[in-house]
Amino acid sequence: MQDDTDQLLRAILRDVLGLKPGQAEAFTAQTGLFGHLPELDSMAVAGLLTEIEDRLGIIVEDEDVDGDMLADYGSLLNFVSERRGAA
Amino acid sequence: MTQWPCPLPGGGTADEWALTMRPDGAAKACLLIVPALFDEGNKLRRFTVEVMRRLAASGVACVLPDLPGFNESILPLDTQTPGDWQVAMEGAARHFAASHVLTIRGGALAAPRGVPGWHYAPVAGASQMRQMLRARILAAREAGRSETQDSLLEAGRMHGLELAGYRLGADFIAEFGGLVAREEPSMQTITQDMLGGPGLWLRTEPGEDAGQADALAAIIAVALAQRETA
Repeated sequence: MQDDTDQLLRAILRDVLGLKPGQAEAFTAQTGLFGHLPELDSMAVAGLLTEIEDRLGIIVEDEDVDGDMLADYGSLLNFVSERRGAA
Repeated sequence: MTQWPCPLPGGGTADEWALTMRPDGAAKACLLIVPALFDEGNKLRRFTVEVMRRLAASGVACVLPDLPGFNESILPLDTQTPGDWQVAMEGAARHFAASHVLTIRGGALAAPRGVPGWHYAPVAGASQMRQMLRARILAAREAGRSETQDSLLEAGRMHGLELAGYRLGADFIAEFGGLVAREEPSMQTITQDMLGGPGLWLRTEPGEDAGQADALAAIIAVALAQRETA
């Protein structure tokens, strides 16, 4: 489950951020997201969350979304994995 | 660019712009393209024009009108409703003698009735609305204000709402969230996976992908050629 989620989440980030092949694969848990990637503004975050919901089959409530959840790749993966586990 | 008389809901017309590509010797009939909506319309404009270029190069005349309230249109967006857009696109289909239509993403929600064709990666009104509401809520939170989707929608249905920089009227807010692309035998859906790559509307920075433009243009051109010989 974890492996699948990790792979799907990297693919979403690659598509949304327009990353080059291999770039998303090189993300570590500490790779900073919100506040580190200038293209990740509120509209982009909204798009990212919509893709996460569609492709991973989870619902993200607006109150779930905060700077901690999007701080780095590890925190986003943790959040998504927990949601998928609970679904 | 061509000006055309766009029908208005209260009667009369307004001059709107359309990008037309008509290769020499093309039949009078043309392909009407209904653009994507809001931010996606901007992100996909270049891709849409690239698809038109390829179609024109293969002998298909294409026309891409502005939706009232978007792009070069001088009509205010906050008086538009999805129904007005549909009437506008039906007017465009008549004016330009469209034999077929290609809708892009949310453009499917403004598809003219009675014109066969394709929906490319159609998206429901609810989905687009949810994403724009969420962007507004996140931006408000950064500014220290707390908003919720329910409260925004409730207020929006009374007084209109500004979402992602677009000022939308109360009637629009009330109608848009319930819209889905009409499923008709005459309309076929082209899904994103048929184009071999991620949708360009997903990108935070608008990109281009020649391979995807090739693929979409080829699907349309081949289908049109088959219909002609059928």
